[in-house]
Amino acid sequence: MSKTYTSIGKAEKKIDALALATGSRRFVDDFELKDCLHCKLIYSPHAFADIIKIDESPALAMDGVVDVLSYKNTPQILHTSAGQGFPEPSPYDQYLFDKVVRFAGDRVAMVVAESPAIAETAAKKVKIAYKLRKALFDPERAMDADAPKLHGKECYTPIGAAYDPQRNLAAEVDLGFGDLKEGEEAADIVIDETYKAHYGSHCAIEPHSVKTYFDDEGRLVILASTQVPFHVRRIVARVCEFPLAKIRVIKPRIGGGFGGKQEVLLEPLAALVSIRHKRPARLVLSREEVFRNSRTRHPVRVRLRSGVKKDGTITFLEMDSLLNSGAYGSHALTVLSNCGSKVLPLLNKIENMHFLGRSVYTNLPVGGAYRGYGATQGYFALNQHLDILCRRLDIDLPEYIKKHHIREGETSKIFEALGEGKTGVQQFVNSCKLDECIDICTREIGWYGKRDKKIRSGDKVRGVGLAVAMQGSGIPLVDMAAASMKMNEDGSFNLDIGATDIGTGSDTVLAQIAAEVLNVDLDAMIVLSSDTDRTPFDVGAYASSTTYISGRAVRKCAEKILEQIIGVAAEMLETSSDKLKLSHAGVKDPASGKRIGYPEICQYAMYSANQFQIQAVASEFVEESPPPFIAQAVEVEVDTVTGAVQVLKLVSAVDCGQAINPKLAEGQIEGAAVNGISYAMTEEYIFSGNGRMINSSFKNYKIPTAADLPEMKTVVVPSHEPSGPFGAKSVGEIGINCPMPAIANAIYDAVGVRLYEAPFTPEKVYRAIRKQQEVQ
Amino acid sequence: MKTLVTINGKSIELRFDPDETLLHTLRNHGYTEVKSGCEEGECGACLILLNGKAVNSCLIFTATLKNDNILTAAGIGTLHEPHIIQQAFVDCGAVQCGFCTPGMVIAGYALLQDNPDPSETEIRKALSGNLCRCTGYVKIVEAVQEASKRLRGEGS
Repeated sequence: MSKTYTSIGKAEKKIDALALATGSRRFVDDFELKDCLHCKLIYSPHAFADIIKIDESPALAMDGVVDVLSYKNTPQILHTSAGQGFPEPSPYDQYLFDKVVRFAGDRVAMVVAESPAIAETAAKKVKIAYKLRKALFDPERAMDADAPKLHGKECYTPIGAAYDPQRNLAAEVDLGFGDLKEGEEAADIVIDETYKAHYGSHCAIEPHSVKTYFDDEGRLVILASTQVPFHVRRIVARVCEFPLAKIRVIKPRIGGGFGGKQEVLLEPLAALVSIRHKRPARLVLSREEVFRNSRTRHPVRVRLRSGVKKDGTITFLEMDSLLNSGAYGSHALTVLSNCGSKVLPLLNKIENMHFLGRSVYTNLPVGGAYRGYGATQGYFALNQHLDILCRRLDIDLPEYIKKHHIREGETSKIFEALGEGKTGVQQFVNSCKLDECIDICTREIGWYGKRDKKIRSGDKVRGVGLAVAMQGSGIPLVDMAAASMKMNEDGSFNLDIGATDIGTGSDTVLAQIAAEVLNVDLDAMIVLSSDTDRTPFDVGAYASSTTYISGRAVRKCAEKILEQIIGVAAEMLETSSDKLKLSHAGVKDPASGKRIGYPEICQYAMYSANQFQIQAVASEFVEESPPPFIAQAVEVEVDTVTGAVQVLKLVSAVDCGQAINPKLAEGQIEGAAVNGISYAMTEEYIFSGNGRMINSSFKNYKIPTAADLPEMKTVVVPSHEPSGPFGAKSVGEIGINCPMPAIANAIYDAVGVRLYEAPFTPEKVYRAIRKQQEVQ
Repeated sequence: MKTLVTINGKSIELRFDPDETLLHTLRNHGYTEVKSGCEEGECGACLILLNGKAVNSCLIFTATLKNDNILTAAGIGTLHEPHIIQQAFVDCGAVQCGFCTPGMVIAGYALLQDNPDPSETEIRKALSGNLCRCTGYVKIVEAVQEASKRLRGEGS
C-alpha cells in the first residue's frame, strides 16, 4: 500500500460521464431503426391456468398488425431466462411462450405491428380463453402433497442439481458440519427466530429494452439492455434455433441493472420477430411491465436456531431458508446457496453448523438476480439474530462481532462446502478490515452515547442499530473474463473488454488498471465494451466480479503489452529489455539517459523495422473470491404515536481492498445503501387475492428521491487484497445488505419492538408497539 | 398533426399523432436525450424546460403546443461545449448509469436559474421529481452545489 500509483486510487472522472450528462451517449431505445416493427406482450390476468384457445384473428385483421406470436408458432425449447454461465445452474422450466400460465403477469402472446400504438390496441383484441387451475401462493405449503404442481416432469436441471417439480422444489441445499445435538447440549440458551425478506423490484430507471435487425451482411444484430451480452448470444441462438455465428450482441450504455438485466427475457422475442419478418424489431417494457412481468428479489423466509453459552460462544447454528422462487426457477439455486455461503462464513468459529435451503415454486412473480443475491436476505436474519443474542446476554454488539467474525488468515468450512450450484472452493481470507469498519460506524453514529439511551423528544424516541456483512468477488472456478488491447501510433491504446459496464463505471476502473500498468494518462485508453463481435468473452456484470476478475484480465493483458513495448524500445535503444525503466508514457535507459516516448515506439513497430502490431489478449479465471466487508450503522427516530420511523443517519464503512477509483466506489456504496434503506422502509409488492401485483407504478411502489434521505456518511477503509488487481476486491453489491437489519435493530433500540419482516411501515411499527403495550 | 416550436434555439416543425405526448414527439424527432423511464410523471427522466419551466414531457400532449420554447439537456450544453452544471455532474461523480442524468441536469439548471445560491434542502427539494437508482443522490446534490458555486464565480 505504500506504493505510489499514477492512476489507481485516484478519483478519475468516469470516462463516459460527460457524454451521458449532455445526452449524446445512447441507450438501446435511442438508436433509430428504419422500418422497425413494434412488439407488445400480452400477459395472463390469472395466477395459474391452461390456455384453451388463442384467437389472433381480430388483431391480425387490424391495419398495421403484422404478426402474433404465441406457443403456436414459436420454438418450444425448455430453457432458463437466467443469464448465467453454461450449463446454467437454474432449472430449465420455461418456454418462450407456453400453453400454461403460472403467475398473474406470465406472458401469453406478443403482437407485432407497424407502430407502438397499433401494437397496444391490437394486444387488447387478441382473444384468449383460459381454464383456471387452483393456484399456490404460500411457499410454506408448496411442498405439501396436495399442493398444486406448477411444473411437469419434462423440466430438468442441466447441471443435475437437486430438483423435483413433483414437490414444487426448484432447488435444495442441505449441508453442515459438526454435531447440532452436541452443540445444543453445550448451550446455555437457545435462540430460535424467523425472519422474512420480501419481494423487491430493481427499478433501474431505464426499462428493459431490446432492438434487433439484420445488418448489411445478413447477420442478426441485437442491441440489448443487458448485463450479460455473451449469455444473450448463447441463449438466443439456442432458443431461437439460429446460428450463434450469425448473431452479434451489442451492449450500448445501460441504464442500470442491479441484477434485473442478468435475465434474458426480451432478446429472444425481438430476435424471433426479425428472423420471421426480416425487419428490425423493438421491444421495450413499460414501467408497469418491469414491475409485474420481469424479475424480482426472491422473498426468503429464514429461520435461525442457535445455541449460546453465557460468554457468547455460539455452540451451534442452524439456518433453514425457504426461498420463494415464484413461477419459474431463475437463479433459484444460486440465490439460495448465497443466502448461506455469503453469510455463514462470517461466524467461522462455530463448530456445529447446518444449512438447509429450499427454493419452491409458487404462482407469484419470478425471482431473479438482485444486488446482494441472497446475502441481503440472509444478513437480514443474521444481523438481527446477533442483536437479539447480545441483548439476551448483555454484551456489546460491536465488540461481540469483532470477537467472532472471520479474520485474515482464517477460513470457513462453508467456503468449501457451498458454492454456486455446486460445492465451493476452500479459501483463506487474506484481507479483512471489518474491525476498522465497525469502529468507524460506532464512532460516526455515536453508538456509545446513544445505544440503550432511548433519547426522547415528545412522542419520538431515537435508537441506533448496527449490521455487518461480507460478499464475494466473482464466482471462483466459474467466472471468466478476457481483455484485448492494441497500441496506436500516438501512444494511445484500444482496450476491448467483454466486461459489461451497466452504469457502474467499470469501463473507467478497468481503463485505470491498464493505464497504471502502462504508466499513461487515463485518456490514452480507448475503451470498448461490450460487443460479441469485437470484444473477447466475459461472463458479464454480476456476482461482484468485474473489478476483481475482469480487472485481473486487464492487468495481465496490459502487462503483455508492456513487455512488447519494452522489447521494441530495447531494439531501438540497442540495449536489453532488463536494463530499461518505464517513465510516463515512455521508456528510459538509465545508463545512457535516453528516453523514447510511446508514440515513437509504436511508430517504429508499425513502420520502421521488424514490423508488428503491439497487441495482446489475456483471460483470467480465478480460484478464489476474496470477500469485501462492510459495517453499516443507522440512527432512527420512531414516533411512538403514529409508528412512523425516520432514518436520520446512515454510516457505511467498507473494506473493498484498494479502491481503484474511490469516488466510484463511494458511489456504489451510496447507491446500494439507499436501495437498502428503501427496501427496508417503503418498497414492497402488494398482491390482490389472485396474486396480481396491484402497486405496479412508481406512484405506488415508492423508491426514494433526494428529498427523502437521511444524512449519509460513506468511508472506504484502506485495505489491500493480495490476489486482487492492485489490491482490489469487489464493491458493487455489498452495500445493500445491512441497512434493513441495522434499521430493524435501531427500531428495537428505540422502542423495544422486534420487526421480523420489512418494510417497516408506520402501520407495522404501530401495531408492534401496541401489541407490546398490551403484553406489558 | 403539425406544430411549430423552438427547440434548443432552433425553429422546428413537429409532426405527431393527435394523442402523442411531447416525450414521444421529441424522441421521434431525434431528441433522444429526453429519456422515457415511466411515462407517468414520476421519474423525471423526460424532464425538459418548457418556456423556462421544468416539466415532465410525458405528461404533455404535443397537440397543446404552439410557438412554445423547449430546452433539453443537449440544448443546455453539448459534449464539445458542456454547461457548467453538466461539467459539475462529471467532476463530482454524479453520473453513474446516466439515464436519469439529462433530467437531473434540467432540474438542477432550472433551480439555479431561479435560485443561484440554494441551500442543500432547497436542492434536494428541487430534485425530488427525479428518480435515480444508482447514486443514492449524494453526489448529485454535491454536483448542484458545485455548479451553483461555479456559476456564482466561486468554484474551482
